[in-house]
Amino acid sequence: MNRTYKNVDEIIRNLPAIREVCVSLRETLLANLVMLGEIPSPTFSEKARVDFLLQRFSECGLSNTSTDECGNGVGLLPGKNRKRNILLYAHADTVFSERRDHTVSVHADKMCGPGIADNSLGLAVLATLPTLLEKLGVEMDSGLVLMGGTRSLGRGDLAGIRFFLDNNKLPLTSGICVEGVQLGRLSYASAGMLRGEITCRVPEEYDWIRRGTTGAILILNEVINGILGIALPRKPQTSIVLGSVEAGAGFNIIPTEGRLCFEVRSESAETVQRIAGELEDIVEDVISQTGAEVLLDVVARRDPAGLPIGHPLVKQTREIMSSLGLRPHITPSISELSALISNGLPAVTLGITHGDWLHEMRESVQIESMFTGIAQLVAVLLAMDGGFCEESE
Amino acid sequence: MKNLNKWIANNTFHHSQFWDLKHMIEEKERQGLTISLCLPTLNEAKTIGKEIILFKSELMDRYPLLDEIAVIDSGSTDQTREIAEAYGADVYLSADILPMYGEKKGKGENLWKAVYQLKGDIICYVDADIANIHPRFAYGLIAPLIYNEPIQYVKAFYDRPLAFSQGVRPSGGGRVTEILIRPLFSLFFPELTGLIQPLSGEYAVRREVLEKIPFPIGYGVETSHILDIYKEWGLSAFGQTDLDQRVHRNQETLSLGKMAFGILRTFLARSASMGVDVDMSKLSSIMRQFQAHAESYEQVEYEIVEEERPPMITLPEYREKFGR
Repeated sequence: MNRTYKNVDEIIRNLPAIREVCVSLRETLLANLVMLGEIPSPTFSEKARVDFLLQRFSECGLSNTSTDECGNGVGLLPGKNRKRNILLYAHADTVFSERRDHTVSVHADKMCGPGIADNSLGLAVLATLPTLLEKLGVEMDSGLVLMGGTRSLGRGDLAGIRFFLDNNKLPLTSGICVEGVQLGRLSYASAGMLRGEITCRVPEEYDWIRRGTTGAILILNEVINGILGIALPRKPQTSIVLGSVEAGAGFNIIPTEGRLCFEVRSESAETVQRIAGELEDIVEDVISQTGAEVLLDVVARRDPAGLPIGHPLVKQTREIMSSLGLRPHITPSISELSALISNGLPAVTLGITHGDWLHEMRESVQIESMFTGIAQLVAVLLAMDGGFCEESE
Repeated sequence: MKNLNKWIANNTFHHSQFWDLKHMIEEKERQGLTISLCLPTLNEAKTIGKEIILFKSELMDRYPLLDEIAVIDSGSTDQTREIAEAYGADVYLSADILPMYGEKKGKGENLWKAVYQLKGDIICYVDADIANIHPRFAYGLIAPLIYNEPIQYVKAFYDRPLAFSQGVRPSGGGRVTEILIRPLFSLFFPELTGLIQPLSGEYAVRREVLEKIPFPIGYGVETSHILDIYKEWGLSAFGQTDLDQRVHRNQETLSLGKMAFGILRTFLARSASMGVDVDMSKLSSIMRQFQAHAESYEQVEYEIVEEERPPMITLPEYREKFGR
C-alpha cells in the first residue's frame, strides 16, 4: 500500500483497505488503551501518563521524543519535507482524581473505565498511529508531531497546548485534535467561552434572623436567580451552563461556604464580555443585599475562532466522513481547537468511536466503531499531507 | 538457615529487573526455547478479554516472548470461551483433551492437561481473574528461567518487604498461607518458608519438571508442586518474583476453610514420603462447617478428597507426542 495519492477520491477509494489494517492492529490499540487508561492523569498530574506515551513512541522507533516545561509529551515522526508538519493532538488529562479506581474492563463489544472516552482513547490512537502508518506503508511528505497535551481541562485552561504553540520551532501546516468520542463529531470552529466559579462565605456569627433560614446556599440561590435573569440572545448563539454547586454537609448544619461553577459560551466575543460584566454586577448586588463575602473568579477565557464551512479542510473531512457512512455532527469546540485556530493553524477536531456515560466511573467506548474512526483520521491525515486541504493562494 | 538466606538473596527477584524485553528475547532465541502461556478458566468473561489483549499485544506482537497463549476452560457457562477466541487466544475445553482419561472438576485438571496440550519448553500459568493485569505477570516469571539454568519453577508474590519509617514492614501471603501453610512449613520444611506466597496462582515452570510431577486436581495443586519439586530438585530449583500489586476477587472465610482442608490433606499425603509419619487411612475426608439459620446452627459437611492426576510422563500418549 506504499503510495502517494493524487486526490481525495483516491484516498476515499482506499478507505476499506485502510480500515482493514486498523482492524489488524486491534490488540495493539486496545492494549494501549488499557495501559494508558489505568494510569490516573488528573489535570496538573499527567506526568506518568505522558511518560508512558513517550515510551510507546520510543518503542515504535520515534527517535525524537521529549517533554517540555509544561509537561507536554511530544514525538516527531519525520516526513520527507522538513518545512511541513502536521500536529496531531490529544489531551492527556482526565476529570478523575488519582484516588479513583482506574481499572479498565474489556467486554466483547466495549471497554469501560473512568476517562476511557475522554480522552484515554485519543491518546491510545496517537500511541498506535506510528505502527499503523508503518503497516499501511505510508511515507508521509509532512512530518507528524504527535502530542499528548497537559493542563487542558478545567483550571488547566489549555495551558499545555498554548505553551507548545508559543514555543514551538517546527513549521506547522495544520492540525487535528483527537477525541475519544463521539464518532461523527466534526468541529472546525470554537465558541467564545468564559469559565468561572462564584464562591461565598458567611461568618459564623451571621445574623440568621435577618435573612431567614439558611446560609451559603441561600446566598448562592440569590446569585443563580440573578444569572437566570440575564438576557441571552438567539443570534449569536449563547448559553450559560451551571455546571456544579457545592455547599452544606447534612440536614441541620448551616453551611458557611458554597461554590458555583459555570461556563458562558457564545459565538460572539462581545456577548461573552457583556455577560461577564453582568455577572460582576450580580455579585456586587448580592454582597450589598446580604453582607456575605462573595467572589467571582474567572478561571478560563477564550475568544471565538474558526474556519469557514467552505474551507477545503472542512469540505474534504466532510466528504471522507460521508464516504464512511458517517453523518458529520457539526459542533463548536471550546477546547484545544480554539488555540490552534487562533494561532492561524487550520485544524479540526474528530471523534473516534461511540461512547456512553461520559465523565462517570462507568464511562465506556464501543470497540468495533473505533476502526472506522481511525480510518477516518488516517484519511484526513493523508488528505492534509497531499495538500488537498489547503486554500489556494 | 544459612542456605535459606542465601536462597532468598539469590533467587528472589523483582519484575523491574527484567524491563529489557529485547534482551530477554535474544536470550530466549539463543537457547532455542519455546514458551506457552496458560490461562485456566471457569466463567471469567469479565477479565479474560483484557488479559489476552495485553499479553498478545505486548508479549507476542510487540515483543515475541510467548509462542502461544492458550485458555484451558473447565466448561464456562458465560462468554469466556467466545471472548477469548475473539481476542486471538487458542481455546480448549478441558474435557476435550485426553478424553480417554475422563474429566475431573478442578483447576489442577486444567493445569495438568495443559502439559499435554501446549507445546512450550516453559509453561507460564496465570490466573484469569486478575483485574490489574499487566505483561509483567508473565515476563516477570519467565525471565528467571531464561537467565538462570538451575531454576526450574518460579512463583509470583505480591507484597515486597520494604523498609519504612517503623523498620521493616512484615510481608506475607494470603490468609491460608499465613494461618496454615507457613506454620506447617516452619514445623516440617523450614527452608520452604522462604517462599513468600506459596499459594499464588501464577508461576512459570520448565516442561522437564511439569511432566514428572503429579497434579492434584483441587485445592492442593500448588502445595503438592512445591513439596514434590523440593523433594526431587531441592530449594535451589525455586525462584520467586515480586510482581507488585495484584487485584482479584476476595474469597469468603468459609471457602478458605475448605481450601485449607484440601491443602492439609495434600500436605499430609506427601509428608510420609518426606519423613513425617502420618497414616492417611486414619484421617477423615469430611470437612465440617457451620451456618446459621435464624436461631439454629446447621452443620454442613463437605467431602474433600484430593484426587490426583499422575505425572504426565507416565502416559503413553504424552510420551508418543513429545518423543519421550
